[in-house]
Amino acid sequence: MNGRRTVATAGRVLTQLRHDPRTVALMVVVPSVLMTMLRYVFDSKPFFSHVAPALLGFFPFLLMFLVTVITTLRERSSGTLERLLTTPMGRLDLLAGYALAFSAVAVVQVALAVTVSTWLGMNLAGSLWSLLLVALLDALFGVALGLFASAFARTEFQAVQFMPVIVLPQLLVCGLFVPRDRMADWLRYFSDAMPLSYAVEALQHVTNSASIDVHYVRGALVLAGTAIVSLVLAAATLKRTTA
Amino acid sequence: MSDSTSGSTTTSTASSTASPAIRCAALRVVRGGNPVLHDIDLDVPAGTVTGLLGPSGCGKTTLMRAIVGSQRISSGAVTVLGEPAGSPALRRQVGYATQQASVYDDLTVEQNVRYFAVAVDAPAGDVERVLQAVDLGAFSGRLAGRLSGGQRSRVSLAVAMLGRPRLLILDEPTVGLDPVLREDLWSLFARLAAAGLTLVVSSHVMDEAERCDELLLMRDGRVLTRGTPAGLKERTGTTSMDAAFLRLIQEAAA
Repeated sequence: MNGRRTVATAGRVLTQLRHDPRTVALMVVVPSVLMTMLRYVFDSKPFFSHVAPALLGFFPFLLMFLVTVITTLRERSSGTLERLLTTPMGRLDLLAGYALAFSAVAVVQVALAVTVSTWLGMNLAGSLWSLLLVALLDALFGVALGLFASAFARTEFQAVQFMPVIVLPQLLVCGLFVPRDRMADWLRYFSDAMPLSYAVEALQHVTNSASIDVHYVRGALVLAGTAIVSLVLAAATLKRTTA
Repeated sequence: MSDSTSGSTTTSTASSTASPAIRCAALRVVRGGNPVLHDIDLDVPAGTVTGLLGPSGCGKTTLMRAIVGSQRISSGAVTVLGEPAGSPALRRQVGYATQQASVYDDLTVEQNVRYFAVAVDAPAGDVERVLQAVDLGAFSGRLAGRLSGGQRSRVSLAVAMLGRPRLLILDEPTVGLDPVLREDLWSLFARLAAAGLTLVVSSHVMDEAERCDELLLMRDGRVLTRGTPAGLKERTGTTSMDAAFLRLIQEAAA
């Protein structure tokens, strides 16, 4: 790892984003808009309070995943990735740079969404910071998974299809719609294997309790762990030599 | 610029006495079951401009990628500056510009070059130097995506020159350029070679072939022939490069 190259990569990605204000606006504003819609769709503060924290974890994950898949795919297809891999730039320097840049965007995105949700009446028993941490880890996990998944898409069209394939099943079984212990066994096993389930568990804990318990810590660790594993897997898909 | 290395070697036998910058030995590349390069044996002498010519699809780009080390090879060996192609020690010494300009369209010219300068640990001042060399100083603040095709490929060329590499592999660097600019670039290539750099430049414009020290004519994944521009014309009894190539291809087909 080389700090200078990582920082330069993060700076480069952010500069690219700066030249695309529409994307930045969408990334920053969309979760807040969705939370606002959610509040009025249910039209009940207690119910909003109940589901909002879990969704504050899900939206950053979803958006970061999509943005990362597309950006990385573009880097692969434009030839810039191949060019970078003929230089001393390390594969992890590059990936860490991406993770750093998108995490910075996620901080803004999540902070705004949390502020808006609080203003809309979201009531937390736990601290705002513990919610922010998990939401950020969710975003980071989305970035890392996106970096990895982009290796399996040849076109941006295929990449977008990953959303229903990789992201939505996780949402269905994460415990937001139906508590996980009430699911059929095979669904629960599937749910047990999905990182997002642990994130939702941690976020629900923050909603209901002021303590930091084993569920919270486990959720945070699972997210951080799978993010790191995804980054390493993504590094393995960046081949300096191709057929 | 030193004049110690002769820029214009007259025959391939004379130049091969020094240690070559590139050596391919029985290089074979098979892609998707189809052989793309057939047992290529090749020495490229240091400090020369070698032109790689041939119809599209003949394997020029694959050969260049094999030299850079980004092409998986099926058998044989490619040695570059004394190291196996693609080895980490070479990543600072080989500059590569692909045919399709590999730059970020949503960054300005200068932002592109600055980023790649960090990637190759280029010394301070290198960004200005390479932008000047490709005559893009006036466009440094423009987004690469807003440039013309020729300008974009010059950004890509500038990036390849960062960090003073010893070998430059340039895939069709002059496509889409006007004659004045093309002339400027070929003069630049000659100056770089005179300073000891080795350049491999692919092209399909035959009048550009005259500017190379050494020519490699490829066809169907094989090196059909090689020699100096003057030597090839003499051998074929022709007066223009166009006619010489036509003759060589007819001979090969016969």
